[in-house]
Amino acid sequence: MSSDVPSTRDFRPTRRGFLQGGAAGAALTGLAARARAQDAAEPVPLDQYEPQFFTAAEYAFVLAATARLIPSEGDGPGAIETRVPVYIDLQLGGDFGQAADWYMEGPFQPDADPLLGYQSPLTPAEVYRQAIPVVEEFCQNRMGAGFADLSPEDQDSVIKALEQNKDPLSGSDSGAEDTEVVESGAGGGASGGSAEPATSQPILSAELRDFFSLLLQNTKEGFFADPMYGGNYQMQGWTYIGFTGARASFKEWVDKHDVPYPLGPVSISGERA
Amino acid sequence: MARQDPKKDVVIVGLGWTGSILGMELSKEGVEILALERGEDRKTVPDFAYPNMIDELKYGIRYGTMQKPKNSTVTIRRTLDETALPYRHLGSFLPGDGVGGAGVHWNGHTWRPMENEFRLRSYVEENWGAEIIPEDMQIQDWGVTYEELEPHFDRFEWMAGISGQAGNVNGEMIEGGNPFEAPRSRGYPLPPLQQTADAEMFAEAARAMGLHPFPRPGANASEAYRNEYGMQLGPCNFCGFCERYGCINYSKGSPQTCVLDALKRKPNFQYKTNSEVLRVTLADDGKTATGVIYWDEEAGEEVFQPADIVILGAYSLHNVHLMLLSGIGQPYDPATGEGVTGRNYAYQMNGGTSMFFKDVDFNPFIGSGTVGMSIDDYAINQIDFGAEGFIGGSYITAGRANGQPIRGIALPSGTPGWGAEWKQGIGEWYGHSMSIGSHGSNMSYRDVYLDLDPTYTDKHGRPMMRMTFNWKDNDIRMTQFMKSKIEPVAESMNPDLMQSSYKGDGAMYDVRPYQTTHNVGGAPMGADPSTSAINRYLQSWDVHNVFVMGASAFPQNIQYNPTGAVGALAYWAAEAIRKDYMPNPRPLV
Repeated sequence: MSSDVPSTRDFRPTRRGFLQGGAAGAALTGLAARARAQDAAEPVPLDQYEPQFFTAAEYAFVLAATARLIPSEGDGPGAIETRVPVYIDLQLGGDFGQAADWYMEGPFQPDADPLLGYQSPLTPAEVYRQAIPVVEEFCQNRMGAGFADLSPEDQDSVIKALEQNKDPLSGSDSGAEDTEVVESGAGGGASGGSAEPATSQPILSAELRDFFSLLLQNTKEGFFADPMYGGNYQMQGWTYIGFTGARASFKEWVDKHDVPYPLGPVSISGERA
Repeated sequence: MARQDPKKDVVIVGLGWTGSILGMELSKEGVEILALERGEDRKTVPDFAYPNMIDELKYGIRYGTMQKPKNSTVTIRRTLDETALPYRHLGSFLPGDGVGGAGVHWNGHTWRPMENEFRLRSYVEENWGAEIIPEDMQIQDWGVTYEELEPHFDRFEWMAGISGQAGNVNGEMIEGGNPFEAPRSRGYPLPPLQQTADAEMFAEAARAMGLHPFPRPGANASEAYRNEYGMQLGPCNFCGFCERYGCINYSKGSPQTCVLDALKRKPNFQYKTNSEVLRVTLADDGKTATGVIYWDEEAGEEVFQPADIVILGAYSLHNVHLMLLSGIGQPYDPATGEGVTGRNYAYQMNGGTSMFFKDVDFNPFIGSGTVGMSIDDYAINQIDFGAEGFIGGSYITAGRANGQPIRGIALPSGTPGWGAEWKQGIGEWYGHSMSIGSHGSNMSYRDVYLDLDPTYTDKHGRPMMRMTFNWKDNDIRMTQFMKSKIEPVAESMNPDLMQSSYKGDGAMYDVRPYQTTHNVGGAPMGADPSTSAINRYLQSWDVHNVFVMGASAFPQNIQYNPTGAVGALAYWAAEAIRKDYMPNPRPLV
């Protein structure tokens, strides 16, 4: 909720970064609403959005980081076009951010075996709040600039280090961790990242070690959740992969095997893409 | 000081499947019944209505129909040496909450265990000798046979409106059904669902290899249906929002669609929501219960509710927790192997092979909870345990339940989890993959059990329940065997890519990814009071007016989804209570 940092300085480099993607820039400036774009009023451009939860500095980081997790380049929208940062801001300001449904009584063992699940005493909102400055400091120390000012390649290398939660430049003890493959049974899930044996020091303390997985999960949620949650703008995430959203009635198509379904997605509010 | 309410003949803890069935059946005796449900009331309209239910974030990801760990959870450890830690947010399993319980958010898979699963220890000893049973394995007979339960399976299937194809009716084999199933007295009430492309592709490949595919049975109505209670179902529209969601369409068999509106009309039945039972109170001699203490959320006070009969109809884990908190049955001790309450907790061993087909449009958003074609060629009654070196089996299925994208999009292994390649991958592969899954048994073991946690407490100040669970070699060998059977079928389908995911040597239980909500055991039924918490009628050995429903009764896990057996046991117990116990309350065995 705080806004202790003047917004313009923090925003400028970030904005430049995501304006590099052409479609992204168009969506941001509100000039390129898609076809059938809905008579709904244009939302406030991302660079003018006033976060409910994030500080300006935090928001700048999240804009830049989500833009690498789901980049604007290539086919399909990115996190910026789908307004993922707005989604994350609203989530962290709400029940999810407060861990409202979670059991958060002590004692806590944040450094427990990760297979035993989330054990930090911090809520997701607190993890973001405490982790982002640590990551920014890491970027300054290792790369001489804040995350948003780094090149996309350097940003990706920071994200990879965060994914492993290992500082690649510190120490060289050989990691002896077992990297067991997570099984999820039939139906599968998205495959995770690589599991390199790691060297060296963690970037984030045990209490913050789930930051990357929270950020990635929240980014994908914002890409695919119903637009009423602030992301998946104009159902672009759904349209890109061919998901039908809240259509939820297919009896006439069950038997039409290997025939593409002809209708696009609808949202819970009844909007069509 | 607790408020005391007027006495009831029967108090039912939890208003899910078993609480609803027991309420319906016992109400026929004219007794006064009160059901206490800790969660909210829930009705198809407005709670499950379109379009608000079709919200993956709220229900699929944030678990809107599930229990909140803030209110109720367990601690978990893998070994006796480890410190158990709270299951702080949901992952591996998803207990339900509120009226309807897990019967709201299940997929609807409804199976009958095989005949030999009910007498597993005897079956193994008779055929291979006790020496093939690993030293730490505690498999047991159920104390009830398939033949005894058959009328009650039939009753549950016809009440819940199961769609399926019988394979064996009174010994007569029927083409297209499961040739390995136990004989049933009649077929399913509804024909099988239409099938999705992946299911048909798998069935064709399996048939070509000499296997025996059949439609997976389940509580997604294929046609309009009216059950014995006058409740009506409409045909499933394959909305693709089944598991984790309440049914928008009156198509999924649930307490709401199959029992509750009929039950609420009974003048001798009442229920209260937001009323969490804290413990069962016992008479001074400990041989009978006097009622229950519950927390009345609206009144903000504890209530003593006297009753002549207490039915524990909560989720399996909560039944065991209440027994431990109430002193019903001797707590199980893994050091000595003695004690019964908490004994023989078990889970489910699943695995799967994913296949990618660039040129096939699977339309993955078209699905239902139970659509699919299955084989039982590697079921428990088809495997030579002695030769294969494990005890257990699986059913194997392909079928599409949903294509919800946040819950996961299968991608070829090696695809990064984020970035440009991830985005390209989801664009290329969403709608072009399918999987064949193995759904397998899980045996019971000496050091796998439930007890009270020494450290953590719940919001009522009660000790939390502690789960000690890990995967064991026997079950890993079983799932590796299934891998060796599934992969050739998958290869024969000529996918562009395929990859397998089965637990391997040394696998440790990981509480984070969803696996299954088939938590069974902990209050095992049986014929021997030294190894079972309840007798063959689900009656506590020690406290004869307490009956414990649910999958907590399983002495080890079956190879199937548990609800069919849970429903049959509920009808079986209800009949014993009505006809035998109520006229003459006493230990029935």
